[in-house]
Amino acid sequence: MTAIADFAAALLLAPLLPGVINRVKAFFAGRRGQSVFQLYYDLRKLLAKGAVYSSASGFVFRLGPVASLAALLAALAVMPAGGHGSLASFDGDIILFAYLLALSRFVTVLAALDTGSSFEGMGASREVFFSALAEPAFFLSLAVLAKKAGAFSFNLIFLSANPVTGTPLLLVLAALFIVFLAENCRIPFDDPNTHLELTMIHEVMVLDHSGPDFALISYGAALKMWLLGAVVVRLALPFGGGTGGAQSPALFLAGIFALAIATGIVESCMARLRLLKVPALLLSASMLAFAAFMVS
Amino acid sequence: MPAMLKNSGAAALSEIERLSVESLRGRIGTSVWGGGVLLSLFALPLEGVLHLCAVLGDRKKSDIELLLAPVEGTGYPAITASVHQAHLFEREIAEQYDIRPEGHPWLKPVRFHEPYRKGAGVFGAERPGPAVWDYFRMKGEEIHEVAVGPVHAGIIEPGHFRFQCHGENVYHLEIQLGFQHRGIERATLANPARRLFYMETAAGDTTAAHATAYCRVVEALSDCKPSPRAEAARAIALELERLANHTGDMGALAGDVGYLPTMSFCGRIRGDFLNMTALLCGSRFGRGLLEEGGTRFDITPAIAAELSRRLDAAQADVAGAVGLLWKNPSVLARFEGTGAVSAETAAELGLVGPAARACGLKIDARTDFPSGHYLAGAPETVTLETGDVYARAMVRWLEMQQSLDFIRRTLPAAQGDTGLCRCGAFKPESAAVCVEEGWRGELCHVAFTDKDGKLSHYKITDPSFKNWTGLALALRGQQISDFPLCNKSFNLSYCGVDL
Repeated sequence: MTAIADFAAALLLAPLLPGVINRVKAFFAGRRGQSVFQLYYDLRKLLAKGAVYSSASGFVFRLGPVASLAALLAALAVMPAGGHGSLASFDGDIILFAYLLALSRFVTVLAALDTGSSFEGMGASREVFFSALAEPAFFLSLAVLAKKAGAFSFNLIFLSANPVTGTPLLLVLAALFIVFLAENCRIPFDDPNTHLELTMIHEVMVLDHSGPDFALISYGAALKMWLLGAVVVRLALPFGGGTGGAQSPALFLAGIFALAIATGIVESCMARLRLLKVPALLLSASMLAFAAFMVS
Repeated sequence: MPAMLKNSGAAALSEIERLSVESLRGRIGTSVWGGGVLLSLFALPLEGVLHLCAVLGDRKKSDIELLLAPVEGTGYPAITASVHQAHLFEREIAEQYDIRPEGHPWLKPVRFHEPYRKGAGVFGAERPGPAVWDYFRMKGEEIHEVAVGPVHAGIIEPGHFRFQCHGENVYHLEIQLGFQHRGIERATLANPARRLFYMETAAGDTTAAHATAYCRVVEALSDCKPSPRAEAARAIALELERLANHTGDMGALAGDVGYLPTMSFCGRIRGDFLNMTALLCGSRFGRGLLEEGGTRFDITPAIAAELSRRLDAAQADVAGAVGLLWKNPSVLARFEGTGAVSAETAAELGLVGPAARACGLKIDARTDFPSGHYLAGAPETVTLETGDVYARAMVRWLEMQQSLDFIRRTLPAAQGDTGLCRCGAFKPESAAVCVEEGWRGELCHVAFTDKDGKLSHYKITDPSFKNWTGLALALRGQQISDFPLCNKSFNLSYCGVDL
């Protein structure tokens, strides 16, 4: 029952994350900024619109947004993205989680390539290249957790007595935060605010989607942020019955919105990396995770 | 004795040196390779014969020379073959008067309009639009072409960009404008009452500079001398325009690398500078400020005091906002080494303005060809060496500080009743030239009158006309993802080229 509540809370609250980030960025820029509920308004607007399909694109293009969101919803089911356990759990679900995210990206890339646009092809190429570099960092981080907890399930990892502590915890958190920024297309990897197609990574892949399709994509992006954010937050905050910490949804929510605020601060304090330098940062995340694996 | 003009000077047609196209080509080459500048090159019908007209500038002596060469037949040997600065000028000539510059390396239309007269049929009978013309292409299995525009994601002007890429690397960029050709030069001749409005909107963000150049040309043709106060007020308008645009550019550069604070602050401060221009004349872009023979508005002591107060406030604000850029390593890492243009390339292409000064070329029309209030002392010319985005940003910032000081120095001289020197009839069969340093670089206006003292030809050369090629070359060997940043660091005008 509590897991269902967590699941529902994630579905409901995920679009708040981009809103919070935007407000923090606006604050740093000396502006008031848009409402934190902006994405909800945008979703309602997009869902009320019709979609435009190019005659050059086929069913893959229409499948992309739906399949991508479906994969993310499935991933949410195995992720304890709240104060409690997850909706579903089995040994090996962390692998499934990682590959559901990969599946979501795969169908988005296919949909982008289906348009035949040189922009979208460029974006797809960048997305695949960078995510291939982010994946080792993510897997190595998971490996550290699995090694300490002795289990390949998020539930067991996060509900066991604080699996990772001290230096390895800091290293894994650093690696996961970098992955969080990269996978969610935030600065310094990508600029979610830019209108410049040539510099985009993720955004340029979804340029041709419109109306309800784009609503699914925007919502999926918020959900993905919630998912990856949950990994960071559940690791950073002391949950787990073993250590005596309360299973507190309030604490989790505080954590995930603090993460959004931290993301906003990072985005306000630095410029985007040159595209050439992105692989270096992603590889360094892998190295951090690897170091954590060695010392844990 | 051929006429050697100073800036904003006029000469009778009979005084202008006439020579053959072959000698003209030699003269342009000698001048340009000796450190001179090809301010403008165009064709005009004169006494029933098509003439090439070259406007050459000598920066050391501040001399401007007009040369005319009659073109017989349907073609002439291209000047571009030896002087690269003539490249776009000759394409323009070929398009307007349908004559063929023989041996031109890349003969394409500039604005895709019908030729002004029937000639050699250089571009054939069918005239496709700008984006459907042939482009330079690379071949190879892994080469791909990216086409951007003319419809862009931002609220900017239309232009078409073709990249030849291998992965993320750009090998060649070709820029094609012409989408908003309005025919300003011809409309200027046809509609004397609207001339000043056309000039103010030739390139909307360069209103003060184009309007000043036009006014000076008209004043030269009618021997009218504006009051020193009016000249000082014009100089202030020019510098305020520079400040507003440079501030906007600093913010836009920050925005392109995703650095929000400077972007937001500069967006507001640009408005503050625009409002200072509005304080002078009621228009944020300086429309209606100038008039042939002076300015329409006086700077009263109250306005001067208010302007001075606002300048102080804006200067402090902009120093803080732009200072953030230089202190942030991630911003500097994006700026440095991106889109570098060498001094040799810049000189060969004839780049102007901050883009040229960022490459180390010490050129500035305010000191090289001073006129008006700049005769009494122009802001210091700032140069950097590296020619990259960083240098173009830094040059702007240093120039802004020069401009702020200059306005403060100039303000006392501009106060009071400017008076208007009414321009009378134009001298018949004459030509006048004016060079002004707009915020993007030097722009050149040339006017010819016929035997009745009516304008018979008007030529506008916007700095963007010379600098777009610089952007194309800055991109070579760069990452395609750096194009928007490089583009913003030049921030060129589309309509200034399209006219």
